[in-house]
Amino acid sequence: MTLQTLIDELGLKCKCCWEKLGNEIEGGYAGDLLSDVMGNSKKGDIWVTRQVHLNIVAVASLKEHAGIVIVQGASPDKDTIEKAQKEGIPIMVSDLPEFELVGKIYHLMHHAQ
Amino acid sequence: MTRLYTCNLHVHTCLSPCGDLDMHPSAVVEEAVLQHLDIIAVCDHNTSGNVRYVQKAAEGSGLTVIPGMEVTTREEVHVIALFESVEQLESLQEIVYEHLSGLNDEKAFGMQVLVNEIGEVEGFNERLLIGATDISLETLVEKVHESGGLAVAAHIDRPSFSVLSQLGFVPGHVPFDALEISARLPFDQARSRFPELAGYTFITSSDAHFVHDIGKTCIRMNLEEPSFPEIRLAFEKKKGRYVLE
Repeated sequence: MTLQTLIDELGLKCKCCWEKLGNEIEGGYAGDLLSDVMGNSKKGDIWVTRQVHLNIVAVASLKEHAGIVIVQGASPDKDTIEKAQKEGIPIMVSDLPEFELVGKIYHLMHHAQ
Repeated sequence: MTRLYTCNLHVHTCLSPCGDLDMHPSAVVEEAVLQHLDIIAVCDHNTSGNVRYVQKAAEGSGLTVIPGMEVTTREEVHVIALFESVEQLESLQEIVYEHLSGLNDEKAFGMQVLVNEIGEVEGFNERLLIGATDISLETLVEKVHESGGLAVAAHIDRPSFSVLSQLGFVPGHVPFDALEISARLPFDQARSRFPELAGYTFITSSDAHFVHDIGKTCIRMNLEEPSFPEIRLAFEKKKGRYVLE
């Protein structure tokens, strides 16, 4: 499943790196403690988080995530978006709470398989 | 002439919801003096209300009390802010209160008691001091510096409320004046565990919430006198001032 499919199905708003929306999602990870995400997420994951700090871009880049979805309608900082654009990490936002969004993504991924 | 001063730069009082009720100003001072401390910094969660009382309780005791606060950023990172004067601390306090919402639930989080220098209850703080502000880490450090203070990332090795637990690594663009290691980690182990942080000044403190922790895990700083400007010099490793590791 691609990021574009996720955006279309779940009404996410893309904030940067529109050229990367063909990125394939291989798995997913949800977490707000960046130490935990660094330790346990995998390459190709779609990462769902409520954290908006600049460091999320570095973590996603390091772990080669497919993209980041920020939940609960939170706005990523301007610096975060600029860094994400530079690093080629697509950031999307959703108004849904983390629990609901993760449930929907999980369902979509398993349905797609 | 410089000499080594014994310091605990992270001490709570009974105003922190998690602080023991026995941590009232005169008890804090009494224990600090008993443990031969030269300097303590009072750092309650998101509030400064008991600092003046601890300073009054310390008058004539020989103990120096640095005004401080342990602020929770919106990333849920704890940052210790230290100041030369209570007025500077109170200017940060205004900003913190503007960005801190919610009311305390004493049953869930504990009492938040303002106690004066002779042990009388002056009142209760009703705000949710255990909560997080909506101030970003970058903005907070900037505000601390604008108010003339020093910003220290608290207990960086702890698995919660630390810059490393919340943000994975110390963001290089955030100008921390020092990083605090918790009581669990000796300096040498901290240095070998965090080689990438070699450029930072480390301090350690007991993060005392109970009277018996006040004298534990202190640092020794080489200073000319027990004062805030001297602590700044020690953090900057200037003019022969330093934190002894």
